[in-house]
Amino acid sequence: MSPQNAGAAELALELRGITKRFGALTANDAVDLQLRRGEIHALLGENGAGKSTLMSVVYGMARPDEGEILIDGEPVTIDSPREAMDRGVGMVFQHFMLIPVMTVAENLVLGAEPRKHGLLDLAGARRRTRELSDRYGLKVDPDARVSDVSVGQQQRVEILRALDRGAKILVLDEPTAVLTAQETAELAEVLRALRDAGTSIVFITHKLHEVLDVADRVTVLRRGKTIGTVDTAGADDASLARMMVGRDVVLRVEKEPGKPGQPLLELDDVHATDDRGLPAVDGVSLHVRAGEIVAVAGIDGNGQSELIDLISGLRPCTGGHVRLGGKDITNCTPRAARDAGIGHIAEDRHRRGLVLDFNLSENLALMDYREGTRFGLLKPRRMLDAASRLLHEFDVRGGSPVTPARSLSGGNQQKVVIAREISGNPDALIAAQPTRGLDVGAIEFVHRRLLAERDAGRAILLFSLELDEVRALADRIVVIYDGRIVGELPPTASDEELGLLMTGSGAGRVASS
Amino acid sequence: MSSVRPGAPAPPPPPDGQPEIALSPGFVARMTGQMRAGGWIAPLLTVVVAFFMGGLVVAATGHNPLSTYKAIFDGSGLQWLFPWTSGPDRDTAAINLQQTLLTTGPLILLGLAVGYAFRAGLFNIGGQGQYIVGSIAAVWAGSSWAGMPGWIHVILAMVLATAAGATWAGISGALRAITGANEVITTIMLNWIAIWLGVYLFGLGGPLQNNAQPDVPISNDIVHSARLPVFWGDADLQGLHIGIFVALAAAVVYWVLLNRSTKGYEARAVGFNPEAARYSGIRVGRTYVLVMATCGALAGLAGSLDVLGWQFHIATNDIQGTQLAFLGIAVALLGRNTALGTCLAALMFGALVNGTSVRNLDPAVFEPELAQNLTTVIQGLVVLFVSADVLILLIYNKLRPRRRARGGGAAGPAGDTIEVVA
Repeated sequence: MSPQNAGAAELALELRGITKRFGALTANDAVDLQLRRGEIHALLGENGAGKSTLMSVVYGMARPDEGEILIDGEPVTIDSPREAMDRGVGMVFQHFMLIPVMTVAENLVLGAEPRKHGLLDLAGARRRTRELSDRYGLKVDPDARVSDVSVGQQQRVEILRALDRGAKILVLDEPTAVLTAQETAELAEVLRALRDAGTSIVFITHKLHEVLDVADRVTVLRRGKTIGTVDTAGADDASLARMMVGRDVVLRVEKEPGKPGQPLLELDDVHATDDRGLPAVDGVSLHVRAGEIVAVAGIDGNGQSELIDLISGLRPCTGGHVRLGGKDITNCTPRAARDAGIGHIAEDRHRRGLVLDFNLSENLALMDYREGTRFGLLKPRRMLDAASRLLHEFDVRGGSPVTPARSLSGGNQQKVVIAREISGNPDALIAAQPTRGLDVGAIEFVHRRLLAERDAGRAILLFSLELDEVRALADRIVVIYDGRIVGELPPTASDEELGLLMTGSGAGRVASS
Repeated sequence: MSSVRPGAPAPPPPPDGQPEIALSPGFVARMTGQMRAGGWIAPLLTVVVAFFMGGLVVAATGHNPLSTYKAIFDGSGLQWLFPWTSGPDRDTAAINLQQTLLTTGPLILLGLAVGYAFRAGLFNIGGQGQYIVGSIAAVWAGSSWAGMPGWIHVILAMVLATAAGATWAGISGALRAITGANEVITTIMLNWIAIWLGVYLFGLGGPLQNNAQPDVPISNDIVHSARLPVFWGDADLQGLHIGIFVALAAAVVYWVLLNRSTKGYEARAVGFNPEAARYSGIRVGRTYVLVMATCGALAGLAGSLDVLGWQFHIATNDIQGTQLAFLGIAVALLGRNTALGTCLAALMFGALVNGTSVRNLDPAVFEPELAQNLTTVIQGLVVLFVSADVLILLIYNKLRPRRRARGGGAAGPAGDTIEVVA
């Protein structure tokens, strides 16, 4: 763990005491990092721990206030991404920098286009793409439009582009956040192959199992400080989680069996179409009882989003009925659905759950800003007081009621959404991907809270793509495939059983638990 | 010749082009987004740079920029505010300042009419049409019912003008809400409809053409009792009428509406994130209609102030020459859609319009014919720099280490530097 001077030559990249401040906030506080040549080095930390800031320093997008960067043992200053590239540092961002309407080959050479007689040499671009693709075993189709290929493919184009610019050090910022499980496995293969060919890789993530799966060593950051660097060989989930969060983390919360009461939320043969007008929800019937969590498991894009929208009044129900506590709420407006007692933790907190440019009190008041108003005037005092109370109750950190929602970390933003939805005291709560993009500490909080709300007698309908989460929380699991419920399983069901149903190959075993 | 805006340039040729504002896809989103911080550095720098560039233009014509700006300042009457201005200078300055404030009042309202739409994520480019229908309603009401008590008559005419503007803009809001038609297109089209409606109504043989002068394309005169009272200066020489207080009151109402009312909260939520607003139960379509109607009401009110305050009638070439509403866009941009900022920006542009006018600018220093174009140049530069505020902030940040976050994934917790400053 301690720097070995003799080993300096084998370090591809070394950061010494990097400090980066943004105003009053210290994003990186004397951070050290040693990347050996030809290793996969994970940079692990909670949301907002300073991982991305650190790498933007390496990539020349932020200038450190203090500290040294050494590449191949030589101190360097990096003032721009171009300089970083010249020094052999390549970066793959979480949000790709590709032009969707251009082909893979065109994107790959962008910024360093091959020329022939002063004109763009497209054939050369294609050739170069094919060569790179063969050399690194990263299969891409040079002539495919980027908008037509999968996200995993797009990421390969990004990686190839970095390699094309001569990257010896490759930094990937949360590369798996946008990938499916299958694509994640493929990416791991690719990274191992690159490592074996001598590339040094920094892999930013907050997912523990990825670290253990892919990385050779891991450096943990917490609140901008280096906590330590360890070999993954001797590490496990629990020890990494402790380093990352600073306390013991319960990776799977304990739950008592639920004590379900009367059915509260009932769907009776509901139908809905997607944005293109094609059937997406095709006759779903299910019920959720008071004090029960029903999880809808399924592969993304099998009608979950449309089903959520339909229940919350955001999408027309083209057939069937939605009832809440016996009252028909089919096709009511979003506001009427909320007034009737539907709470909805939105799937995408940036697009839907929050108005990022509103402050926290305004966000927390999104459902009840009209409460107690007279002459159409807001009650800012009431909103601020309610916000202070909720921020405290839900342990939202990093902001006061007047902080813009945008400046909070993802986990705290999600807590704001959950606080608002629960404070509305709904009978039924739709929780759509409630822990997406959150780190283990925040996941634990959300899970505990959802179970507490279940025990308080709410009917909770959970939508999740994570099977671990589904099993950890659900009292019953229903599997959705192609807009239909294809089976119901107890939370003890195995991956295989669930997987079979989710891929549509199960034998429609509809049984009640 | 019909009425001419006080001290303003002769009506420019009929508008054959709409204002040149780059409509990049993210433009309105940026206008909506950048307003939250309410910073004053960027607008101030915008003005400084715009005047500097305008000065270069003056220098290029072989004149001294400093003495030209001094003369424009004198022409605006703003030196009346300095206690050391005295004697005949003070009298001249008073008259000039009255002219400036006559323009400032409607400009405040027109700026608010654009600003409120921006806050809701809409671009109201139809201030012109809304202003025109407001003037038409006001001139019709003000020239009818001669025996009515004055105060009631004035208020009735203003209410009708407000309602006309609200209806006009409400059409665009409704089209946006129901069919998704872009309000930029529909408001521009309604501008033209308003122009030709006015030309028809007041043109020769038109239904509202002057009864006494069948050969002149002009409306009837506002009856004396329906005119806005002049409280500063000579009522016969276009003194300052009480409309400026109406405009200032509207700015206060605007602040309350935007920041303290449920409707304003809904408008801001829709402006920042319509999807989140809809998810929260806010009726987005209805908000579009209400916001546009509010904007139209403000612009219509602006029209009534001019008609009831000093024009007293409308000629068809006035209608075709109206450019004031487009200046309202620059006012809103520079004022960052805030109540106070809009008032200050309106005062600046009001001063500029009058300071460069034939009547007020000393021709020995700079030919007013050229100076009028300077107003347009500065207006254009302001729109350009506010739209491209990154440029301005670049100047501001020049000596600081800049961090241009490429993509959300790379942004640190502090967010984008540029937005923090803005």
